[in-house]
Amino acid sequence: MSDRTGKIVSLKNGDSLPLDTLPLLSYGEFSDRLLASCSNLGRVSAYFALPAGDNEFDLLAVLARDWQGDLVLLRTRIGRTYPSLTPRCPQLGLFEREIAEEFGAIATGHPWFKPLRFHRVQPGCPDAWERDPLRHPVPGEMPFYRVEGEEIHEVAVGPVHAGIIEPGHFRFQCHGEKVLHLEISRGYQHRGIEHLLTGGPHGATIHQIEAAAGDTTIGHASAYCQALESLSGVTAAPRGAALRAIALELERLANHVGDLGALAGDIGYLPTASFCGRIRGDYLNLTAEICGSRFGRGLVRPGGVAFDVDPLLATRMLQRLEAMEKDTRGAIELFFDSPSVLARIEGTGIVTPEVAEELGMVGMAARASGLTIDSRLHHPLGSPESSFAPVVIEEDGDVCARARIRRREIYDSLEMVRKGVRNLPPGPIRCDLAALAPRSLTVSLVEGWRGEVVHVALTDERGALSRYKVVDPSFRNWGGLAMALRGEQISDFPLCNKSFNLSYCGFDL
Amino acid sequence: MLKVIRERLRQGHRTGKYPRQDPVLPERFRGLPRLEPGRCPQDCRECVSSCPYGALQVDEGRLRLDMGRCIFCGDCSAACPHEALSFRCDHRLASRTREGLLTDGDVFELAGALDKRMKRLFGRSLKLRQVSAGGCNACEADLNVLGTLTYDLGRFGIQFVASPRHADGILVTGPVTENMKGALLETYAATPEPKLVIASGACAIGGGPYRDSPEVNNGIGDLLPVDLFIPGCPPHPYTVLDGLLRMLGRL
Repeated sequence: MSDRTGKIVSLKNGDSLPLDTLPLLSYGEFSDRLLASCSNLGRVSAYFALPAGDNEFDLLAVLARDWQGDLVLLRTRIGRTYPSLTPRCPQLGLFEREIAEEFGAIATGHPWFKPLRFHRVQPGCPDAWERDPLRHPVPGEMPFYRVEGEEIHEVAVGPVHAGIIEPGHFRFQCHGEKVLHLEISRGYQHRGIEHLLTGGPHGATIHQIEAAAGDTTIGHASAYCQALESLSGVTAAPRGAALRAIALELERLANHVGDLGALAGDIGYLPTASFCGRIRGDYLNLTAEICGSRFGRGLVRPGGVAFDVDPLLATRMLQRLEAMEKDTRGAIELFFDSPSVLARIEGTGIVTPEVAEELGMVGMAARASGLTIDSRLHHPLGSPESSFAPVVIEEDGDVCARARIRRREIYDSLEMVRKGVRNLPPGPIRCDLAALAPRSLTVSLVEGWRGEVVHVALTDERGALSRYKVVDPSFRNWGGLAMALRGEQISDFPLCNKSFNLSYCGFDL
Repeated sequence: MLKVIRERLRQGHRTGKYPRQDPVLPERFRGLPRLEPGRCPQDCRECVSSCPYGALQVDEGRLRLDMGRCIFCGDCSAACPHEALSFRCDHRLASRTREGLLTDGDVFELAGALDKRMKRLFGRSLKLRQVSAGGCNACEADLNVLGTLTYDLGRFGIQFVASPRHADGILVTGPVTENMKGALLETYAATPEPKLVIASGACAIGGGPYRDSPEVNNGIGDLLPVDLFIPGCPPHPYTVLDGLLRMLGRL
């Protein structure tokens, strides 16, 4: 199986290549290259398995080399068991658990080997934990990490929470108020999206992708459409691509503004909470002016977008933006101007750069810990490149840093939307797609508001999707929240949680 | 403090005038469908085949749209060569019955009020526990919006509460994943009688975009007795508010 002819296969965001050009490395060489890349500024963007028949699986790793602006692809073949790489590369931990849960491939030596989403194993595969194949796994049925001791107590929360929030289960190991450890059990939102896509694209596929994480509709739909465009050998219509970029920034604005409001709410600083709650709606409504849906449903479609912004609408959008910017700035500056707010968020829930890097965190949360990771900078695609403002970095890694990142990104996004609406390229908003290339692979990255949205699409001999992998930024960042809580008071959990505002459904898929 | 007051004066009072005034919706909003079967040539099935959810069906020669399965994507309207199908800028979509969501023309019966006893109990004060059972968080996000000052749900005496023990009913979103089925049923059981069940969003009514996935239950219809169906993917906050107020006999 060893194949030493393998040169390094790399591609740019949104490129595709024939599957047969991917050399099959021995597991030893695969792991050497993967670990070498990760210790040299590289990071894992996606890592997943494909059935290769006869109890064998192909493992595919997509490594982002940010400063070279490309993505390296590594492939190897494993049997039912293979040595875990997690002890040497912790950011693989969740991926290896995911692979085990899907196909029953056991990563031996994995330090934290438990189910992730509690779904049935793929048909024909054995269960990695030898659970009853006739019964659906029970969510949360796994050995939780426990701290023992007479003065230690455990706090369990969820899956049904107190607010209008998605379901998830949290276990805190506490000594008094102090949290020693937090473990988060997910899977309650698991709808089986990836495997619904197999054999597609089907009629429902675009809608399922749009609803992979409802607050990242534009992010996920853009990543999906880029993947299809790449496989079909076309580029999205420039006007359509520009409109996607505008919608992506509006999505960022709505969520960031809403998050600052929610943070203010948890601190008990009601002026910003009230203002931002309302202003978030203004941004959603602006998206609805373009496409009829506050969440951008129906806007991004393969080849471009389904709705145009005519000059009249463009003028109206710019007028509304001006008023909204005033309100937004007013609300946000109050927040950062209030000593009682700052006292609450400064130094709370720190994630150090080292931890962020080890966990493979991405997006805004990683940038708040000083990591320069932004696919708009490193892996640009289409028109956003020219309009992208310099990457926003904060170094403290606390709740305050994650709030400040949002403030700065909000102001940048406002400028980007304004520029985008003023400089819409002429021409059609959508182009036709050809058939998808058979036996090919593409990687599509979009910097959604939480961070890097990664889609990897593979096609079969007929050009139908044979495997579709989605990595939502939340998949990479939930671990960050758990680490942020260590040593904090349990009463700080809501604040820390809001400062990440991660997606349950984006993780659960 | 002075800065706060100055900003408050500048931003002003923004709570909407609803229901005294009709809400202003975006022009491209896709709400209540309008079917004009008179325009349909015999045997034309363009719209029917464009819907991956089977929301459109021809029954005894008559075209019918099921708003419980519809995710309001508008693909059918785009696929219709005869302009026989459109989505109006009308947010009023809720119904008290599942059959009420079927529409075959221009007329749609708006949700009726609860019976006398239930209305007396809940008409002026309704406390709901929300259960998110596998959705995409868009329904949840636009429910949270009802708590913002623009909508100010509290002024109608409606409130989302932290525990089913404090609730008069549950409002469910999501297609009910296998993993949330147990928690949903337990939450329902923990809510004291008499209680209401509201299915909000395409997922909770019929599975939405995830209909027929092996990991979901196609909504709560087979699991719980539903008192109010609120279509949409996600429903507009005004669609939810309209449904709740109509159920309480307040509109």
